[in-house]
Amino acid sequence: MAQQSASTTSTPTQGGRPPKKQRLSVASKRGSTLGTIVKIMLLGVVAAIAVFSMLPLIDRRNWLGVILVVLTTAALFYIYLTPKLIPAKYLVVGTLFLAIFQVLPIVYTITTAFTNFGDGHRGTKEDAIVSIRSTSVKEVEGGATYTLSIGVSGDENTGDIAFLLADKDGNPFVGTAKGVAPLDKSAVTQSPSGKILAASDYTVLNLGKAASRQADITALVVPTDNGAIIAKGVSSAFEGGATRKYDAATDTITDSISGQTWAADDTDGYFKDAKGAFLPQGWQVNVGLKNFVDVFTNPSIAKYFLQVILWNFAFALLVMASTFALGLGVAMVMNSDKLRGRKIYRSILILPYAMPGFAMLLLWRDMFNTDYGLINKLFGTDIDWFGNPWAARAAVLIVQLWMGYPYMFLVCTGALQSIPSDLVEAAGVDGAKPFYAFRTITFPLLLVAVAPLLIATFAFNFNNFGAIYLVSGGGPFPADNPTVGATDLLISYTYRLAFGGQGAQYGLAAAISILIFIIVAAVSFIGFKRTKALEEIN
Amino acid sequence: MSDSASAEAPAAADPSAPPVIDGAADLVIWTAQLESAAIQAAADKFAADNGIKVSVQIVAEGRTAFLNASQAGQAPDLINGAHDWIGQLVQNGAIDPVQLDAATQAKFNPLAIKGVTFNGQIYGVPYDLGNIFLVRNTDMAPEAPKSVEDMVASGKKLVADGKASEIMALPVGANGDPYHMYPFFTSAGGYLFGKSADGNYNPKDLGLTKPEATAAMAKIGELGKEGALKTSIDGGNLVPFFTEKKTAYMITGPWNLPDIKKSGVPFAISPVPAFEGGAAAKPFVTVDALYVASKGKHKTVAQEFALNYFASDEVSSALYKLSPRQPALISVYDQEVAADPVLADVANAGKDGDILPAIPEMASVWDPFGKAQSAVIGGADPATTIAAAASAIQAAIG
Repeated sequence: MAQQSASTTSTPTQGGRPPKKQRLSVASKRGSTLGTIVKIMLLGVVAAIAVFSMLPLIDRRNWLGVILVVLTTAALFYIYLTPKLIPAKYLVVGTLFLAIFQVLPIVYTITTAFTNFGDGHRGTKEDAIVSIRSTSVKEVEGGATYTLSIGVSGDENTGDIAFLLADKDGNPFVGTAKGVAPLDKSAVTQSPSGKILAASDYTVLNLGKAASRQADITALVVPTDNGAIIAKGVSSAFEGGATRKYDAATDTITDSISGQTWAADDTDGYFKDAKGAFLPQGWQVNVGLKNFVDVFTNPSIAKYFLQVILWNFAFALLVMASTFALGLGVAMVMNSDKLRGRKIYRSILILPYAMPGFAMLLLWRDMFNTDYGLINKLFGTDIDWFGNPWAARAAVLIVQLWMGYPYMFLVCTGALQSIPSDLVEAAGVDGAKPFYAFRTITFPLLLVAVAPLLIATFAFNFNNFGAIYLVSGGGPFPADNPTVGATDLLISYTYRLAFGGQGAQYGLAAAISILIFIIVAAVSFIGFKRTKALEEIN
Repeated sequence: MSDSASAEAPAAADPSAPPVIDGAADLVIWTAQLESAAIQAAADKFAADNGIKVSVQIVAEGRTAFLNASQAGQAPDLINGAHDWIGQLVQNGAIDPVQLDAATQAKFNPLAIKGVTFNGQIYGVPYDLGNIFLVRNTDMAPEAPKSVEDMVASGKKLVADGKASEIMALPVGANGDPYHMYPFFTSAGGYLFGKSADGNYNPKDLGLTKPEATAAMAKIGELGKEGALKTSIDGGNLVPFFTEKKTAYMITGPWNLPDIKKSGVPFAISPVPAFEGGAAAKPFVTVDALYVASKGKHKTVAQEFALNYFASDEVSSALYKLSPRQPALISVYDQEVAADPVLADVANAGKDGDILPAIPEMASVWDPFGKAQSAVIGGADPATTIAAAASAIQAAIG
């Protein structure tokens, strides 16, 4: 029983390295064939993953990434094939996963917090220029439209691509990099609509063949006096061109029709005209501490920050305390030997924990509906649950109590069973009343076991996005302020700030998540210090 | 549609992971579940006709997945979605304009072409239009109401006679729903964005700052006071009010038509009525379209499919069978309306509607505007509430 409780109270991450690895290295040292085979297979998997992950990197010409993968793989092979480096055999896999899944995201979040990464600023300046140019392609005023066939001179797979064109009167032309030239009608076979089906000097490609020559087709520019012949797929073409061009010397975009210019502004990553109006396509730039400064100076953020933080602490503490109190109470009742059918009761009590949380949250939201919800109907009340700030706060707390107490019940059951019953019995013999015995013996011992879990619950609920977003949506919102609601946590509030308005603002979101991390880390640090003190008393 | 139209943030923090692109395919199309069967059929035929391999993948949260995939260099070649995606997709360099010549444009409903036009360029091949309308139970309310007042009076009478429990049903929800409220808002004199000379929405002219907006919100507030609008009715519980005959009037869109037809309630569709003596009640018109990705690997084939194959009667009517929206191709509309007169009523309800703004600034409007409406329906002061919403929107637009 004591063993069982120990495994219940230890957090999953403390499970340690899988024993398989240890067995493997021991076995290979002894030179067992099975061990060697398993080792070869595992290294084979490593090699396969390395090759698989290199393909997209090569595709994107990310040579640094390729070198990193090669070096890491080589290091892994060396460490597990050499008989030396025993400590590294134990440490390297864990370290690698730590780097990939913990360090990398944190570094990425921190670097993002100093940029304007978000909608309109996702790519590089070059991407923005390409996009501005390609979205400005227009048909030339009065330009010709053609039916198109893709022709190739010589070999189908390697020969030069040519556009075989027919204008609306059916006159055939050929378009190459040199320009457009008329074709002899007798040299081509045309469909009734004019489309060229065959030409004497060219092989006409069907779509399947054309698909394999896409890159060459897109690369072909057929110049005309007014622009170029641009293919629309493989069966029609038009005369047109980009109206907006980038000039590297002045770092500006110019529109050839209106003559308007937009100058690059590298401080906020936009091309702007004289009045400050910008083109939609921007690029990612470093903005320094701007995102952090915004959090504290933007009136719509700074003004409500304190209110949100207070409720956030209250929410996390109340959820933690109420689930713990109810869970412990139920666990103590269920721990009594006098109770019959404990297993059935326990199974039923765990149900809320076993059900999918998201579905339950939505169900609760509907149960709190003012006019049609189960709760108002059941109790005959007329509470505007999501219209009144305090009712809404009570509602989200009730939901979390229901969702959270089975976990505390499980944990407390385990912890209670690990406390030797003779301690309490001895206290009873010494004349202690049951409550006194509980308060002075059972509870402190219990707290040693569950305190780290209480801190974890606090940290989890501090960022419990779903509990708010799916139940109250952060509301109700005061009439004079639609940006912050009565039940908003920092996380739901900042989610709205970063993603609710002008599309996604990852830079701002990253900055705020760093601030939230600092708060949670500070609380957890203090909490764990107190826990240590608790252990020392015992 | 209602979810993409209201541009709400995704329901979960982690949008479902996009599928892995099939490297061997000559064309990769992403589509939502709803239209997938028709897109798949069109793609299969296109593939068989041309001897190529086309891969159709169903993607939830298509817009977010597409933006992230484009950024990571893993974009599909084509994606379909509502036209109000365009602003954000262009802003991030994710889609290319499509060159629809004048003759092709003439085949489409002009509203559909207007919807996919952004900054003077056409960005998608439209396939259907959607708008909200009033659906009424013809047993309970044989005549279409002439005005909002008329509808509320008739609804109240039905409630007083015990024939219904609700005056009408319009999804408001705890945090408001500007998409469904828009006809009332415009009829009461309000507007969202003014239009510049070229007919595009002008983000600098925010209608919520004008006195007309306050007056419109006051009228909406009165409907709340009368019990005609309730924050406890939302998209989730809306339809049963109508299908279980608890109300004679429901304001909704074509996506709920299958449920309404299935319920057997005798119904008729008419435009959302206007206030007595008020301006026209304009619903938002949304357009669904197919977009060519800027960063797709098979642009030539993608353009061929979108421009020379997709905009065909056959594909369009297959799409109509799956999702009963008004087809964007005039020829298909004419053909389908002969078989289903309801379609004509739906189209009629939307013919004077406003194209839902596709400008990126619109994303900043939904949330504060919706909350202001829900607050006013709950009894808050219209003037201060709309002023707060307007200033929040202006702060976000910058």
